[in-house]
Amino acid sequence: MTAMNQPIARNKISGRRRAVNILVHLLLAVLAFIWIMPIIWIVLTSFRAEPGSYVNTFFPKGYTLNNYIKLFTDRNVLNFPKMFMNTLIIACISCVVSTFFMLSVSYSLSRMRFKMRKPYMNLAMILGLFPGFMSMVAQYYILKALGLTEGSMIRLALIIVYSAGAGLAFQISKGYFDTIPRSIDEAAMIDGASQWQVFTQITMPLSKPIVIYTVMTSFIGPWVDFIFAKVICRANADQFTVAIGLWNMLQKEYINQWYTCFAAGAVVISIPIAALFLYMQKFYVEGMTGAVKG
Amino acid sequence: MATLKDRNSVGQAITRGDLWTKLSTILMGAGIFGHGQKVKGILVLILEAAFIFYMASAGLTHLANLPGLGSVEAGEVYNEAKGIYEYTQGDNSLLMLLYGVVTLFVVAAFILLWILQLKKSYKLQKAVEQGKHVNTFKEDLRSLLNGNLYMLLMTTPFLGILVFNIVPLVFMICMAFTSYSKEGNHLMLFDWNGLTQFVRVLSMNGNIGRQFWHVLAWTIVWAIFATFLNYILGMILALIINRKDTKWKGMWRFCFVLSIAVPQFVSLMIMNTMLQPYGAVNVVLQNLGWIKNPIPFWSNAMLARITIVVINLWVGIPYTLLQITGILQNIPAELYEAAKMDGAGPVKIFFRITLPYMLFVTTPYLITSFVGNINNFNVIYLLSGGGPTYVGDTAGQTDLLVTWLYKLTIDQQYYNIGAVIGILTFVVLTIVTLVTYRNSGSYKNEEAFM
Repeated sequence: MTAMNQPIARNKISGRRRAVNILVHLLLAVLAFIWIMPIIWIVLTSFRAEPGSYVNTFFPKGYTLNNYIKLFTDRNVLNFPKMFMNTLIIACISCVVSTFFMLSVSYSLSRMRFKMRKPYMNLAMILGLFPGFMSMVAQYYILKALGLTEGSMIRLALIIVYSAGAGLAFQISKGYFDTIPRSIDEAAMIDGASQWQVFTQITMPLSKPIVIYTVMTSFIGPWVDFIFAKVICRANADQFTVAIGLWNMLQKEYINQWYTCFAAGAVVISIPIAALFLYMQKFYVEGMTGAVKG
Repeated sequence: MATLKDRNSVGQAITRGDLWTKLSTILMGAGIFGHGQKVKGILVLILEAAFIFYMASAGLTHLANLPGLGSVEAGEVYNEAKGIYEYTQGDNSLLMLLYGVVTLFVVAAFILLWILQLKKSYKLQKAVEQGKHVNTFKEDLRSLLNGNLYMLLMTTPFLGILVFNIVPLVFMICMAFTSYSKEGNHLMLFDWNGLTQFVRVLSMNGNIGRQFWHVLAWTIVWAIFATFLNYILGMILALIINRKDTKWKGMWRFCFVLSIAVPQFVSLMIMNTMLQPYGAVNVVLQNLGWIKNPIPFWSNAMLARITIVVINLWVGIPYTLLQITGILQNIPAELYEAAKMDGAGPVKIFFRITLPYMLFVTTPYLITSFVGNINNFNVIYLLSGGGPTYVGDTAGQTDLLVTWLYKLTIDQQYYNIGAVIGILTFVVLTIVTLVTYRNSGSYKNEEAFM
């Protein structure tokens, strides 16, 4: 009896298992569809031929490339190409500065011991608890007092705003540096290397994932911030960044004319950022798990 | 260490210092100069001269203005010679406050420099007396690349933080104690008025006070829902994807992570337009014949709140998925095997093993995401704009403290109330962080799961 029963029982189990598996995959498919649908929709809208903000079908009736062409050629109302260049310049410079700030601070806090180390870390924690843009108005007046809120100086102002606080965001890279064994540093120092050489020639090459991660996050920052940009640019339309431009396209006075262009702009901005992000994800996970294993 | 510190205090330096050291209480840098470090001494002296010059030319005026914040009102004065009214510029209290605060920081920095140079001078004096080596300027510079590298690396970042984070913050905190607001037309000339605004915000009676408690309650409810729903559902999703029998794991993960890759403000604005009365979602539902009239996603307060929480799941679950997957795989397999042997089902295993383990390991992550949600400006501002807003209110039904703060300062220009709200947000966050951290398992006993 027992010999006969076993295969049947196994069949039953695998039958139930198959049912669960099918259910799970169905569930995942539905969820994945929900997660991807808005993205598909915006891509479709960016190719939509009918103008206007709202239409009564999900799929467009006609397809065109004109939205992209208008986005990059119409310089009269909302000068998108100019905004794109503005943001690119700001992002490149503030990326270099804030990466340098962030890595310097993280290295110092991870590798060196000095009197102000603990106070500095506590200070960073306290500052992190204040709402980020509580001081925004005050920052604006300080920048104004420095004469940085007019004309093309606005770009410099934005670069400063994006990179000035970089020294507070040291946690992830400090955590990473902490996992690099100190014995490596000590060995190098015995061979006559200075701290600076250890920093630039040993720690940096060993920390490639976290360096790349830092570079990319600080590059993406200016593309997706519109709060500070709006407050600092005010009405200076020729200094707008991409984020303000896209936000403006959805305001009442523009939305009917510009909605499909907004979709095109959203796609144009998202593709490079998405590519960077998906590339970066690998380094992010590596960065989380530490440098030298074992 | 204590005795060593004692021996190098300011008092010691003044009483036991030699002529050079004593001289440097007035002529800063003299002690450093006199004990062999000539370049450094001169640099310190130059700093002192610059400070005196600044104080004499502007600093003292700024400090003197600080208690009164100006009194001359902008207005028109009749010019008899020309026979016309002339516009006169009044005092700008805002600039007085800003310059006053900056001057206070300058004075503090100067006092710090005075103490440091005095101590340094005394230290050098002792070194000379004991015949120890005194670093030359070149050696000092070289030490910046070695033992003192942190000074080289951290000075500029810290200056950035000081000028663009700390000074503005102090400035804003000061604003909370003034009458700086569009109300009563105090935008140019305002005065200190103590705790008036705090009383106004915290009292239950007035309009502002009623809105404050309302917004605070919703902020906390929102933060709890946003944090824990994202956390638990994200964890379940991660578990489902990581099941042994699930196929195409990479593809599923990619689908979800793709939504993070799209910049958040873009995807939120898309969601906002999709859920408008004539947006894509309503159109599709109407075409399918499921609903007759568009669903008022943003104009009904309750519905707007639910919508926001649900959309935040769309935004947040992929993050949880990304950050938690690695930790989930670290749960010791023996725990699961033992539970299975005892006949526990998947639900029981989740609530008895997975969740407690994860809560234990990821408490810091939970705290940061809770704080992040209380300060979650983007989701609210871009989705509902804080609306629907009732007539006569400055805060909408879905406004968080931060979005209200933004509206009060940028749109309404009630700067003083805005600053009060900012300070109160900080207080709430501090309490939440401290209480949860102190009560968390990982703080109480660090080795429970080891």
